[in-house]
Amino acid sequence: MSDAGQALYLHPGDTAPGDERPDRHEIAQGLIGYLIGLGLAALITVVAFFLAITGQLLVWGPSIPIALFVLAIAQMGVHLVFFLHITSGPDNTNNVLALAFGVLIVLLLIVGSLWIMTHLNQNMLPMDRIMQMQR
Amino acid sequence: MSAAQGTAGRDLRMGHAARDIVSKRIIVGYGFWIFLLSDIIMFSAFFAAYAVLSGQTAGGPSGRDVFHLHIVAIETACLLLSSFTCGVASIGARAHNSLMYYGSMAVTAVLGAAFLFLEAREFAGMNAIGAGPSRSAFLSSFFTLVGCHGLHVTLGLLWLLTMMAQVFAKGYRHDILRRILCFSLFWHTLDIIWIGIFTVVYLTGMAQ
Repeated sequence: MSDAGQALYLHPGDTAPGDERPDRHEIAQGLIGYLIGLGLAALITVVAFFLAITGQLLVWGPSIPIALFVLAIAQMGVHLVFFLHITSGPDNTNNVLALAFGVLIVLLLIVGSLWIMTHLNQNMLPMDRIMQMQR
Repeated sequence: MSAAQGTAGRDLRMGHAARDIVSKRIIVGYGFWIFLLSDIIMFSAFFAAYAVLSGQTAGGPSGRDVFHLHIVAIETACLLLSSFTCGVASIGARAHNSLMYYGSMAVTAVLGAAFLFLEAREFAGMNAIGAGPSRSAFLSSFFTLVGCHGLHVTLGLLWLLTMMAQVFAKGYRHDILRRILCFSLFWHTLDIIWIGIFTVVYLTGMAQ
């Protein structure tokens, strides 16, 4: 009981964003992490460029922007984990929560703008008709 | 009951003590992380503007006419490799390994400068063929978004050289190491924003 209580109240210790956990301060271990990140990021980038250049011949056209979007999100995740060392561990709760709030605002801004502006576009007269009416 | 209360009270006191000794490195890093997230939110507004306006070419050139993907690929490689060498530099700083720190910071600076050179040449070339920021809403939003990122890289490059000079003059002091932490967070974040730019602006623009 008292063990569970202590686990609840005691800080497990926090880690600054960008820092690795305090028990992983070996040079070799750090280098391996960055190398894995570099390899994964390079792989995703090459696939994205390949898809954008030759994708029209290989896959259904309208699916390409969605595929590019998914690859970009994946690469951002690789960068966050391997370069910025944002993890799901208890020492990273503060960093993850700040990131989650940032992502919420970014999504509201981008999705909201696109939603409203395409809706307005649909309800607008085409530009040449407006010009005619002004004449 | 009273025993449980006693335990809880002691735990809360320990929690308070633990809060007092949270290292300055964590506080500084967390504060800078909040700043970077607000910077990302500012960029998301430019991304939203670009996404809305990218089709409004006003009879001028579209993305397909002015983008050169092989240049963008080299720029992307420069930034990705510089993000890696920046990580190596932060390992070197923590280990007080000067060869590792100065060497990888110098490589990071060269890669960042190469990126800026390519971007400046791209902008100058577009201006020269009459595709400047005043040509259409598409080009206005393009230069705002990509130019703002380029401005960040320029400032990051100045900060990088400052950090090399500060370690040279003052050594691996705790406050200097905190600044190096903030700089590496900044540099990695610029690379994350570039992922958004090369996907949304260049690759999607060419695929359409």
